[in-house]
Amino acid sequence: MSASASIKAGRSAQELRRVTTSAIGWAACGIALICVIGPLIDIVGTVGYYGLSAFSVKLFTTTGTGISGGLLNAIEGTFIITLGAMIFAVPIGVAAGIYLSEYGNNRLGATIRFMSDTLTGTPSVVLGYFSYIVFVILLNWKFSVLAAAITIAILIVPYLARITELSLRQVPVAMREAGFALGATEPTVVFKIILPGAMSGVVTGALLALAISVGETAPLIYTAGWSASMWHGHMTNESIGYLTYVIWTAFEQPTAQAHALAFAAAFLVMMVVLVINIGVRLVVRRTKFV
Amino acid sequence: MKLRPFRLSMLGLSLLIPASLCAVVLFLLIYAWPAIGFSGLGFLTHVNWNFGDLDDDPVLTRGLLVPGGASYGILVFIAGTLLSSFIAILIAVPLSIGAAIFLAEAVPAKIRPALSMLVELVAVVPSIVFGLWGIWVLIPLIGHYLSPSGNGYGLLAASIVLALMITPIIATTLLDALMQVPKENRESAFALGATHFEVVSKAMMPMVRATLIGGIVLALGRALGETMAVAMVSGGGFNILPTSIFSPISSIASFIVNNLDSAEGDPTNMAVRAIAEVALVLFFITLAVNAAAKLLSSGALNVRKRQH
Repeated sequence: MSASASIKAGRSAQELRRVTTSAIGWAACGIALICVIGPLIDIVGTVGYYGLSAFSVKLFTTTGTGISGGLLNAIEGTFIITLGAMIFAVPIGVAAGIYLSEYGNNRLGATIRFMSDTLTGTPSVVLGYFSYIVFVILLNWKFSVLAAAITIAILIVPYLARITELSLRQVPVAMREAGFALGATEPTVVFKIILPGAMSGVVTGALLALAISVGETAPLIYTAGWSASMWHGHMTNESIGYLTYVIWTAFEQPTAQAHALAFAAAFLVMMVVLVINIGVRLVVRRTKFV
Repeated sequence: MKLRPFRLSMLGLSLLIPASLCAVVLFLLIYAWPAIGFSGLGFLTHVNWNFGDLDDDPVLTRGLLVPGGASYGILVFIAGTLLSSFIAILIAVPLSIGAAIFLAEAVPAKIRPALSMLVELVAVVPSIVFGLWGIWVLIPLIGHYLSPSGNGYGLLAASIVLALMITPIIATTLLDALMQVPKENRESAFALGATHFEVVSKAMMPMVRATLIGGIVLALGRALGETMAVAMVSGGGFNILPTSIFSPISSIASFIVNNLDSAEGDPTNMAVRAIAEVALVLFFITLAVNAAAKLLSSGALNVRKRQH
């Protein structure tokens, strides 16, 4: 950057060319950074502006069809599906993280890690279609909370396992040895010493998984269906609404009301995702998990 | 060996992860089997996808009951997927190299965490919000200024949205690698009289090339499977190969998500089976790309490797 400022008279043509090239290079890099961050700011601004202008008390207190009315049923649905997914995924993900970090330095551990990474890389729409075949059609649950929650759980378990493993590995070996020296059993060492020591990492993982499940759409289209009324408490054979569906469906409609609803839903989803991600990054500085 | 119930129970729970992956492949395969037999290799090479006449009685074709006139070929969707991802990579690579270099070398250390966090946040914005922004902001721009037909939906819109979504993956991978280049290498380049930009472009970038390529392939894997944003801005091209950058397209993923209603309307269930075969194809494409990324990055300057 400072190179262009220090051009002095009497430099050779080659030097001038090098300095100019550098200045152009830096400018290009700066522009590239703006091109990356600019759209994010525009997305937050656009969705924030239209989303907030669509906010009203009725939006949060009445149910809606996805293209008109309120968002109460969609908010409830997203909450229930996410909660259900977390109930399935957290115990499995944390247990897998414990196994991989404590006992997984062998071929079996490597295999589980590889399959887990493969699952992470599988497009969510493929998982959604798998669940459609197995839960909706073969098990005949129809579009339902259970099918949706299990699908999202399959989607987020690998993240949880990975982040739990990484944070457990950061607990010093001496802590484990101290525990065993006191005569503690394996479960005691894991649950009373290692897991509390790595709690911030595990919570981080759970929060990031929460953010992913709130923002997902594709797997839910094939498993949750859509319902314009509140949930009646059936785990199967009852469709359920969710926020991202509103965004997906409202833009096939020409009405301004539907568009406003889509922006309101998008704003809610985006805020949950961004607040979680910013919060986590501020608390856990520069720890790379993904 | 002593029986260790705790260890075994942890192992049992973790085996659910590989089990679900196997279940995904297995059930898709079993369910798609009749469709695989019905379409044969033509599935991958035919341009036409036709659900057939869903209202009329199914007819016996090649030993299977299918809706009259049904034929399943996904060449258009494969082309749409590969083209949109490829153009997205072409846009994303220079952007992320520039952004990573700027973050690593030109930005004061104090504001670097804030800016790199912004770049990371681009990656967490849900796909559907990107799609919404695409429809509201990007499509009118393309329609107004670029597209000769005035219609912004199509290959270019899909590629730009994909590019924005995958740029952070490449940029953060590259940034991490650039920050790890040994000080000695940087300083010796400076000592030789190189300008700061020459230090970066001629001394540092060659050292991180392997990581960069790994990051690009990883981003490619993400782009290939991206669903909602592409489904919203791609124009949903059907049964016609794209002829220009403004042609409407469908990617494999967007086709799957767009065709639930048609699949459900098929009394013979053949449409659902055929789409299961589509999902299987998408799975294996992303699997191959992700495995390639893994192989490439295992040889590279790798953070995780160093800890062990």
